[in-house]
Amino acid sequence: MILDPPSAMKIASFVGAGLCIGFGAIGAAVGEGYTAGLANQGISQKPEKSGDIVKNMLVGQAVAESAGIFALVIAILLIFMESTPSLLNAASLIGAGLCMGLGAIGSGIGSGFPGGEACLGISRQPAVSNRLTTSMLIGSAVCQTPAIFAMVISLILMFTKFTDLPLSPTWAALLGAGLSTGLAAIGSGIGGGMAAGASCEGVARQPETFGSVTTTMLVGQAVSQTPAIFGLVVSFVLMFKTFPESQSLAPAMALLGAGISMGFGGVGPGVGNGLTAQEAVRWVARNVEHAGLLTRTMMVGQAVAQSTAIYAMVVSLVLIFVV
Amino acid sequence: MAIEGADLIRAAAFVGAGIAMGLGAIGPGVGEGYAAGRACEAIGRKPEEAGLITRTMLVGQAVSESTGIYSLVVALLLLFVV
Repeated sequence: MILDPPSAMKIASFVGAGLCIGFGAIGAAVGEGYTAGLANQGISQKPEKSGDIVKNMLVGQAVAESAGIFALVIAILLIFMESTPSLLNAASLIGAGLCMGLGAIGSGIGSGFPGGEACLGISRQPAVSNRLTTSMLIGSAVCQTPAIFAMVISLILMFTKFTDLPLSPTWAALLGAGLSTGLAAIGSGIGGGMAAGASCEGVARQPETFGSVTTTMLVGQAVSQTPAIFGLVVSFVLMFKTFPESQSLAPAMALLGAGISMGFGGVGPGVGNGLTAQEAVRWVARNVEHAGLLTRTMMVGQAVAQSTAIYAMVVSLVLIFVV
Repeated sequence: MAIEGADLIRAAAFVGAGIAMGLGAIGPGVGEGYAAGRACEAIGRKPEEAGLITRTMLVGQAVSESTGIYSLVVALLLLFVV
């Protein structure tokens, strides 16, 4: 059964839009709920600061919302955009929907952590609430990076004309490109958020360590972003390499497998790097004289945790180039 | 079994609507539940602030609901508009 291209485009755009907003709604909502929960905990500890706490909560939730809004924009674009009908473009639309939808999960959840910890911090140390809001905004902003990577890949998938390439196996390459960045962004988003949350907690406990804590957080977050960057690299290779036409299933499945490998492979190391950075940042706040030692240990630990993401990327590249 | 193109398109719109609302309902459920749980804990610690805590909980839950509303809008778009 061969679909005619205009029908295939419509089908792909509807299913893609559903996947995009369906997955994309998850992260922001969970993160915002987490922030609201911790805000209430802060209010219970210091009711007279409820005004500041609620203000901070709303700001933090707004940053977490941005991932959800990216997903909404891509979903609406997918439903209403007009594009050259072709089966290959249809595959790219589904890939785009998957990419943005999955990519928004991690950043949404991750941005909830600094929001919540900042609200708790205001209840503990109302005097430094401005500094806490700054910490929260810096941390959350870096945390949104994987969602932005995912949106970039989605937009490229949606607006590049893939029409003159062979349908098989390129359809699998485009789907794989979406999965690669979309899934890998989950781990990096959550991991970056955990580091940001610990920085807000640390600044609340020891406000004078703001500088060291923020530096360690940024280094830790930067390493946590690495799986998302691997995912981005594999996505670019899958999107822009020309594959020789082949009617058999194996080459197509190899490309899909490459996307799956790097995508899922980025989740664990992203979260793990976040766990490492979270503890490192927490203890830099308590033990700022040893910030250098803690940061070095964090980086060594994160590098080891990164290893399976590197294996995943190697397997992806082998699937793309060797087999 | 011959499947017509137009039939498939409507089918895809329905599946898309299902996926959008089905998955989209997960997040607000979890997030609002967590917020409510923490609110209960907060009231347990400080019952005299129950009014303030409940109001804050509802505000926070409303923000969390927003992405669920986006999913509902996209689902309704797919069901009735396209």
